[in-house]
Amino acid sequence: MRKYTPKDNVQKHSYYTDRFWVAPRVPREAVAEGSHFASVVEAIGTQAKECYIEVGQLVLQIESTENFAVLQTLKEQCGYTQCSEQSAVDYLAQDGEFELFYQLLNITEAKRVRVVCRIKEGEAIESVVPLFKSANFAEREIFDMFGIKVNNHPFLKRIIMPDDWEGHPLLKTYPMIGDEFASWYEVDKIFGKEYRDVIGPENRDQSRIDRYDTKRFSRVGYEVPFGADISEGEKENPIAYSETVLVDYTQESGKQLDERR
Amino acid sequence: MQQPNKLTPFFENLNFEREDNTMVINFGPQHPSAHGQLRLVLELEGEQVVKAYPDIGYLHRGIEKMAENMTYNEFLPTTDRLDYIASTSNNYAYALAVEKLLGIEAPRRAQVIRTMLLELNRIISHLFFVATHALDVGAMSVFLYAFREREFAMDLMEDYCGARLTHSAVRIGGVPLDLPTDWLTNVLTFCDKVDYEVEHTYGALLNENRIWKMRLEDVGVISAEDALSWGCSGPMIRGSGIKYDIRKEEPYELYSELDFDIPISERCDSYGRFMIYMEEMVQSTKIIRQLTRMYKDTEPQLMAHAPQYISAPKEEIMTQNYALMQHFVLVTQGMRPPKGEVYVPTESPKGELGFYIKSEGEPYAYRLKCRAPSFFHTGLLQELLVGTYLADVVTIIGTTNIVFGEVDR
Repeated sequence: MRKYTPKDNVQKHSYYTDRFWVAPRVPREAVAEGSHFASVVEAIGTQAKECYIEVGQLVLQIESTENFAVLQTLKEQCGYTQCSEQSAVDYLAQDGEFELFYQLLNITEAKRVRVVCRIKEGEAIESVVPLFKSANFAEREIFDMFGIKVNNHPFLKRIIMPDDWEGHPLLKTYPMIGDEFASWYEVDKIFGKEYRDVIGPENRDQSRIDRYDTKRFSRVGYEVPFGADISEGEKENPIAYSETVLVDYTQESGKQLDERR
Repeated sequence: MQQPNKLTPFFENLNFEREDNTMVINFGPQHPSAHGQLRLVLELEGEQVVKAYPDIGYLHRGIEKMAENMTYNEFLPTTDRLDYIASTSNNYAYALAVEKLLGIEAPRRAQVIRTMLLELNRIISHLFFVATHALDVGAMSVFLYAFREREFAMDLMEDYCGARLTHSAVRIGGVPLDLPTDWLTNVLTFCDKVDYEVEHTYGALLNENRIWKMRLEDVGVISAEDALSWGCSGPMIRGSGIKYDIRKEEPYELYSELDFDIPISERCDSYGRFMIYMEEMVQSTKIIRQLTRMYKDTEPQLMAHAPQYISAPKEEIMTQNYALMQHFVLVTQGMRPPKGEVYVPTESPKGELGFYIKSEGEPYAYRLKCRAPSFFHTGLLQELLVGTYLADVVTIIGTTNIVFGEVDR
């Protein structure tokens, strides 16, 4: 029987894990009284469901519907004027949710806050482009890579993948070498659908080696002419050395001029 | 519109549609000054840009997806391919993020070497910037001179790690090798050379050059507010008068012990940014000189001691059974960091390069997000280019110093 692989998460998994091994957790600290982060937590108030410090940065977990309000508070009251990054994490297989995070920077205090929220599959999130223009590209990337719709985005369109692409590559259900659609995409684009039978699907396995393909694979030590057909076995090529390079000077050579002799 | 799915020739680069009085032109992705694979769709009214639409993705290799399917050590050489002009800064940013996740710190000698390599990479990248920016604008000779020094810097990198472009010279937890003999003297000679050339060659050719100033001054003006809002970082934000350098403000590695200045410019234009790049090279040589002095009083240990995550030194592996067993497990299965998430920003030559890593305790990262400075600088183009003239478009693309390896990832 073939090994069963779960379809909802095709990410590579460790083939062996100790049964008794429990992964430790990166320590989370409580927000210290009187620190800069304490004032941030105070400004956010009850909108933060949970807040802690992880590796020197404040993490605020909020409701996804309040993302705009929270970021506005952070920008206008706490001085977090730059949104340096935002993206998502796919938890569809476990919880049926995406986790979105916004990474904010306060230039004057040199502090960073990460605002984290979760949305269900198929839900949309409110755009933060009116607050941070950097969200323009970042939200398009989220849409492209995860298929998360962003409400009120000025130009929500695929950014990295082609416009007519199907599927969202960073989902855990998406295999690393691409799906069925990906294997036909370039064939259809370049030659047309009617050539599918002639060309065949694109082989997207990057570790593929074809020993009979003498055009794209080198055969170090067993060289054959470019494009030679070796499927029926190859011709013996005895090793031959060039006769012009190695000149035996002990012998009388006919190539030398008479005067030099 | 022609059927795009046939192998029939059609003029892809001349998208000549007239609406009202505007013309839509397609700039790139094969344009020599498009810095790789940038495609810009520009709507022109006469010679003035009225709408710009940067189209990216021509160099997309799915590096973030690859990161989810590779162990942490396996992924490190892939980070070279992000910003391939200064690969060590990517290796370092990634290694630092994983180290923060693991809660380990590299030994002091490794830190000295890493900081030196980072600054050397900054010089390599900045020389590349000066060269290509000048070439884009039309100053050919600067390109030749700057690439000469860049070759010397790459020779130094080659002496250290054997590679010239994709270094992988940093490992998670330290560095793989100690400096070769004479490397320190060579790097000091190189620093003197760079200082001299920045002042007497590139500086003399460009700083007060009338044509250069005409092409760069008041071109690509970004206000401080816009720079913040668009997520600019590095020389792009310092060129708008905001003194923010991650090396100074959120110091990592040895930067808190080093003495260097952060050049800023209040001009907000391309010329100001160019001057920042020139000054940063001089500051980098200053840092490298300090580091060569620090190198001498360090212990020879190169990799952090964390047997759970990092293989023991080779001598121990070859002599001690338990070290060999741990090494075997780390090679075959990969390290398993604790559960948690980190975002670690570093100051790469182009700006804030950060890695967000979400770990679920598996040897494969659950999610890795690379925050590339160039990605956000490309986004800025859609606003920055509007209202400028077609001739300035090239200058503005040059001044953002975008590298498509990290834009598309």
